[in-house]
Amino acid sequence: MSKRKSDSSTGRHRRRLPALATAGPVSVWMILFVTLPMLFIIYISFMSRGVFGDVVYTFSLNSYHTLLDSTYFKVISKSLEAALLTTVLCLALGYPFAYYIARKPPETASKLIMLIMIPFWTNSLMRLNSWLLLFQTSGPVNAFLQWTGITDHPVTFIYTDALVILGLITNMLPFAVLPLYSSIEKLENSLLEASSDLGATPGQTFLRVTLPLTFPGIFSAIILVFIPSLGIYTVSDILGGGKVLYIGNIIRNQFGSIRNWPLGAALSVLLLVITGLLIFIYTRFAKIEDMEVV
Amino acid sequence: MAAHSAVQKRKRNVSILGEVYAILVYAILYIPVVVMMIFSFNNQRYNYYWSGFTTQWYAKLFSNSTLIGSLWYSLIIAVLSTVISVLIGTLGALGLKRYEFRGKRFINNMLYVPIIVPEIVLAVALLIIFMRLGLSLGLGSILIGHCTFCIPYAVVTIRGRISGDGDSLEEASMDLGANRLQTFLRVTLPSIMPGVMSATFLSFTLSIDDVIMSNLLAGAKNSTLPVLILSMNKSGVTPDVNALTTLMILVIVAGMLLNSGIRALIKKRSSRAEAL
Repeated sequence: MSKRKSDSSTGRHRRRLPALATAGPVSVWMILFVTLPMLFIIYISFMSRGVFGDVVYTFSLNSYHTLLDSTYFKVISKSLEAALLTTVLCLALGYPFAYYIARKPPETASKLIMLIMIPFWTNSLMRLNSWLLLFQTSGPVNAFLQWTGITDHPVTFIYTDALVILGLITNMLPFAVLPLYSSIEKLENSLLEASSDLGATPGQTFLRVTLPLTFPGIFSAIILVFIPSLGIYTVSDILGGGKVLYIGNIIRNQFGSIRNWPLGAALSVLLLVITGLLIFIYTRFAKIEDMEVV
Repeated sequence: MAAHSAVQKRKRNVSILGEVYAILVYAILYIPVVVMMIFSFNNQRYNYYWSGFTTQWYAKLFSNSTLIGSLWYSLIIAVLSTVISVLIGTLGALGLKRYEFRGKRFINNMLYVPIIVPEIVLAVALLIIFMRLGLSLGLGSILIGHCTFCIPYAVVTIRGRISGDGDSLEEASMDLGANRLQTFLRVTLPSIMPGVMSATFLSFTLSIDDVIMSNLLAGAKNSTLPVLILSMNKSGVTPDVNALTTLMILVIVAGMLLNSGIRALIKKRSSRAEAL
């Protein structure tokens, strides 16, 4: 910054054109299609719904009052619970897995990471559909359970919260594993050795050295799993069969059959606020640029 | 000595436990893919349960005009949004890395909005704006939607590959008489090529697999393949969709292998060039 400022005026001028040509398009795109729509959705959330499902442009807090109705409040708390459970299970499942990969030689590790990505190039809806086929009342899982004598009648798995959580976990797991892997991989082996040389048990080393040093990865994983789990509606659509409703389903319905845009907007603003809060906490101890998003 | 071997034995047990655990996690990730592929050979009109082996769906899928139409629509959207996103993303990555300008921090932060905020929020926000402006939904609205989440990923992927010292190489190039365009094509672009290729691959896969943005911004006329599959889910998915999805994953894996092959080749060439 200071270097640029000290440039002569002709130097500054020389740099203005390439800056405009390179950063211009992306800046315009982001302002037009991210900033403005986000501001507009906040604005709409404070408007009211007309009799025919149209938006009436008069200020009202109706939509936010509706969010506190017991029906909507239940959906919101259920979505938060499901997202939280998914996040905790993804971390519990993903951490040892990421640790296992990170301790392998780099060549093997990058192959193992590739192996995580490949299933995700299969359409996610088709993968969810597979769980439905496996857990059908007359499906293989039930056949197996009855064959082993664990149950004598078919168990209803489909269209339950449990199956939706399973779907969420299998869809989100890589988003936990990848940031965890990159933070565990950066861990210096010598630190772990020093800890054990100084008499710490493996458990103590893990709690006092490994866990604190990989905290940035853990927090990235929390954000990358929790936030999408809150908004996604395809998993609950397919595995919940319309019986399991989360915030995402409710928002989608406001813009489809139900036509209550201000309410849909208010629910979206709620998701924005939750996201903003988590990111705010994240930026207290890490830079957003360091989040491993790809 | 005895204690030593006990420690080794424990270490070996832990590592076996690790292997078993890893295999279990991979199983959870691969079971849905394998089941999906198995059901592409199911001799039934809709996939509910297994009722015998057939390969008929691999032949029949090409005469299912709705399915093939939605595939083409998805491919057109994926190609167009990849081209637009990688173009804007490459330029943007360079601009945001190399130059200082007013509002740069703001744009930087905005880039993380589509990456982090739940997709439904962005989709709904775009939908409201389009409706307010009286724009009709269709190819254009889906393209804008897809590019809006692909561009940030492209910028982040490519920016990671730009080194700080690229500036001096470019200055050298211009001192030697190359103009800006020549410098960009001959010096800058080759140095960030691996990032550009990753961004291309990422944008394409993000776009072709997208459901939520496409579902909300599609309009009534055409639907992309994932949107078609979502709508099928109520009545049951037909096995020809499984067949098509199986073929697609094979093509993508082949493309990925080709990509890594080309990368290895570029690496080999550049290291040879350095040796010279």
